[in-house]
Amino acid sequence: MSAHDVLVVAEVQRQALADITLELLAAARGVAEAGGGQVICLVLSADGTPFVPALAPADRIVLVNDPQLADYAPDPFVAAAFEVVAAEQPRAVLVAGTSVGWDLAPLLASRLQAPLVTGCKSVTADGPGLVVDVSFCGGKMMAEVAVGQSPAVLMIMPGSYRAATAAGAARVETREPASPLPAGAVRFREWVLPEAGDVDITQQDVLVAVGRGIQQKDNVELAEQLAQALGGAVCASRPAVDQGWLPATRQVGKSGMTVRPKLYLALGVSGAPEHLEGMDGSELIIAVNTDPKAPIFDAAHYGAEVDALDLLPALVEAVGAKKG
Amino acid sequence: MNIMVVVRQVPDLIESLEIDASGSSLDWDAASFIINECDDHALEQALLLKEAAGGTVTVVALDQGDVDNTLYTAAAKGADRIVKIPVDDGWHPSPRAAAALYAEAAKDLAKDLVLVGVQAHDELDGVLAPALAAALALPYVGVIRGVQAGSEPGSVVACKEFPGAVMARLDVRLPAVLGILGADQPPRYVPVSRIRAAMKESRFEEPAVAAAPAASLVSVHKLYPPVSGTRAEMLVGSESDIAGRIAAILAEKGLLK
Repeated sequence: MSAHDVLVVAEVQRQALADITLELLAAARGVAEAGGGQVICLVLSADGTPFVPALAPADRIVLVNDPQLADYAPDPFVAAAFEVVAAEQPRAVLVAGTSVGWDLAPLLASRLQAPLVTGCKSVTADGPGLVVDVSFCGGKMMAEVAVGQSPAVLMIMPGSYRAATAAGAARVETREPASPLPAGAVRFREWVLPEAGDVDITQQDVLVAVGRGIQQKDNVELAEQLAQALGGAVCASRPAVDQGWLPATRQVGKSGMTVRPKLYLALGVSGAPEHLEGMDGSELIIAVNTDPKAPIFDAAHYGAEVDALDLLPALVEAVGAKKG
Repeated sequence: MNIMVVVRQVPDLIESLEIDASGSSLDWDAASFIINECDDHALEQALLLKEAAGGTVTVVALDQGDVDNTLYTAAAKGADRIVKIPVDDGWHPSPRAAAALYAEAAKDLAKDLVLVGVQAHDELDGVLAPALAAALALPYVGVIRGVQAGSEPGSVVACKEFPGAVMARLDVRLPAVLGILGADQPPRYVPVSRIRAAMKESRFEEPAVAAAPAASLVSVHKLYPPVSGTRAEMLVGSESDIAGRIAAILAEKGLLK
């Protein structure tokens, strides 16, 4: 235990360790080593033992195994995390910017009376404090933020760090909660999996993505025509799904699917960090947006600053002509 | 079920964002404001719950940006009460400070359920919804896409979104605060005529709300535009020129079969 340690909360989703955990470990390593501290990985689950080999880049692994942590509900997770953080007194607590993280990080910060920073892209030690680069305003603005108080709770954006790969000999400790974890007022009932039958966008070589710029549901038909001409499928950013233009099974991004097609053609998609997270591994990205500052152009290989609705008919025609 | 909904004003990202002279804050005077998208969904979810199970919807907002239009629209959509909290001109509180104000205003409101957008894109040093839950000493769960009345009185069933279009169905005992990502249906459209009618008929309650100052626990050194290591090669010309160029690129890469 040291005031220079950095504690990572492992991301476990439906009894599987999420890759983002290794990104958090990489982020933690730089900060911990600057002060001579250690990287501690906290695993909250029914049984974290199977995850231990994958967490070798940590110096210490703390397992809290409890039936209340089998499936997610906020109170037992926050109570278990609070107890470990209070005992370890780390310099920083790193939490993934995921569905669980968006609960856990702020609730833990409130309970610790600790500073909270969201949207963290990089973290560095600065003497006794931390300097954090933050992406906000949908990826259109960055902030350099100083945090002096320890522990600081930092929500790290997925994709900000390369996954840690160093294989070490992490010490494993299993902790029993001091008192039974509270069930709380929010209780897990069941998982609801997507209905089979819709197109599996993760298996498509060509995806035509529609965003807010497509303006209305009727215009999705134009994108469907292009996808058909290209032998692919239509997918969407979160705002388009929120509007009911396409089902959630077609959503790309943090809370949707992660896709890596050969071609990702983004029409009227601004490129919020949550969306980029789900598609930036695509082999070829072509973006069409009227906003020259849209973050999607930073992820794309080719871009066009035009209205997708004006371009679509011409593109369907050009593709048809090229195919003969 | 009595539902309180928080709605916030955020800069419209369609417009370009400016940094003020201090270099450490957005230039709020140069921004144009719209309702925070997740809050719009929170309002829709509240209205759907009221329609399904009865009760009232009270919308609470800080007096910032173009909030009057947002509040009249909320009234036109079916909100029963509108509470506008006066704040000093040009003051943009941190999520912690805003939570303290909303919690103070909420003291006198009947509320079984508080719905707040799970995030606002201009937040960086906190998250309002869980901060409000903490200030009200209520349970919280966020990233919720859809809420239905529970089978037990005083409960709801909330769907929490996970990657891969997977949902966790959660039983929530009320009172509670939920961070809404999306409603069961897209936010409803209201014709301008109804908004105009609401402007004539609706009255805002404007209580004087004082809360202990809750300073941000972090310090913003500077704001700066994102710097990208890479940038798309931009295709220029008419729509027809660009379409032809894209088709040629796809053919070149063997993507037209």
